[in-house]
Amino acid sequence: MAQVFHRSTNSIARVSIFGAVFIVVGLGWLLDTISRSSYVTQARNARVQPVAFSHKHHVGGAGFDCRYCHTSVEESAFAGIPSTKICMNCHSQIWADSPMLAPVRESLKTGRSIEWTRVHDLPGFVYFDHSIHVAKGVGCSTCHGRVDQMPLTWQENSLQMDWCVNCHGNPAPFVRPRQEVFNMAWRPPPDQLEQGARLVTEYKILPPSVLTSCSTCHR
Amino acid sequence: MRRGSVLLSLALAAAALAGCRQDMHDQPRYEPLAASAFFRDGRSARPPIDDTVARGRLDEDAEFHAGKTAAGKPLEVFPIAVTAERIRRGRERYDIFCAPCHDHTGSGRGMVVRRGFKQPPSFHIDRLRQAAPGYFFDVMTNGFGAMPDYRTQIDAADRWAIVAYLRALQRSQQATLADVPPDEAAKLQAGG
Repeated sequence: MAQVFHRSTNSIARVSIFGAVFIVVGLGWLLDTISRSSYVTQARNARVQPVAFSHKHHVGGAGFDCRYCHTSVEESAFAGIPSTKICMNCHSQIWADSPMLAPVRESLKTGRSIEWTRVHDLPGFVYFDHSIHVAKGVGCSTCHGRVDQMPLTWQENSLQMDWCVNCHGNPAPFVRPRQEVFNMAWRPPPDQLEQGARLVTEYKILPPSVLTSCSTCHR
Repeated sequence: MRRGSVLLSLALAAAALAGCRQDMHDQPRYEPLAASAFFRDGRSARPPIDDTVARGRLDEDAEFHAGKTAAGKPLEVFPIAVTAERIRRGRERYDIFCAPCHDHTGSGRGMVVRRGFKQPPSFHIDRLRQAAPGYFFDVMTNGFGAMPDYRTQIDAADRWAIVAYLRALQRSQQATLADVPPDEAAKLQAGG
């Protein structure tokens, strides 16, 4: 009986085993890259809104504190989206006839909500509370980036779990003094690691074993 | 045979992909302020019925919550203890909610005014220096002239803290050398 396989098959077999490893690893790398890309996370992708609201104009330009509009950020899980009335505190007189603000006036007149597009959408299985982060010295810009420089608002970071754990596992590089939490321009000082470690103790931030425990965020 | 197995595995892959769902991600509950198809006004956050009283928020202390005496006159004394801690809190709240118009110094030339809002009077005019604490509380609570009310943005205790800080702010703009501690005064006189 003749040989079923030609001699060259030996080489093909070796190459294909070798190649298969590369294909599997390559596919894994590709999937991982795609899942972290802003195409999937929507990071740094400015959302279209019913009113072209600019944080750059209101915070960077007019100097508003975050809490003027996001009134519940210090007390509750949800930072709060300002009511139409809060917009109208100023816009009853400023840009009062601007066509850009027509949806705001319409909302005030009819009592219907303005339907903003949510920018930060955490998965339903994640527990998140703004108030505890603010109270422990995590600044707005640490997670949200320089919102005071955003014409339309985008999500600065991936909001993926490895990003959260980055800080939960080692908060010292990120924690800042409480009075700087709402300061958009704050930058870590050269001795941030020592200062951060000191603040972690002072603010009684729980150890990584607790902060990275599954049930801290998935409860 | 070969084509059949390729087709079969493609079909299986498609079926597996179709199984990728976001049910855990988008659970059947409302995120805060999410839209609702159930209610006619489209809101999941239900506005409370008129005259609803939240637990512990009966707000029956008229002096504390309205800044007025039983006779309807502005309260002349603070219904809270004015402490350094309270004044610091007032300063923080003032800088958030008042400074956009009234300016950090109380001059009434804040950013929003510079952009075209009606200019409020300075806090350092005689009329306002003599005004009762309850007067400022009432203006914050109910608004005055072009100024909207701030009762939903600032709770009553913080409104009183702001009034306490206003008093300090007013004092600061009328300070004399005699108000400065001696060692600081010497520095001021030396440096000009």
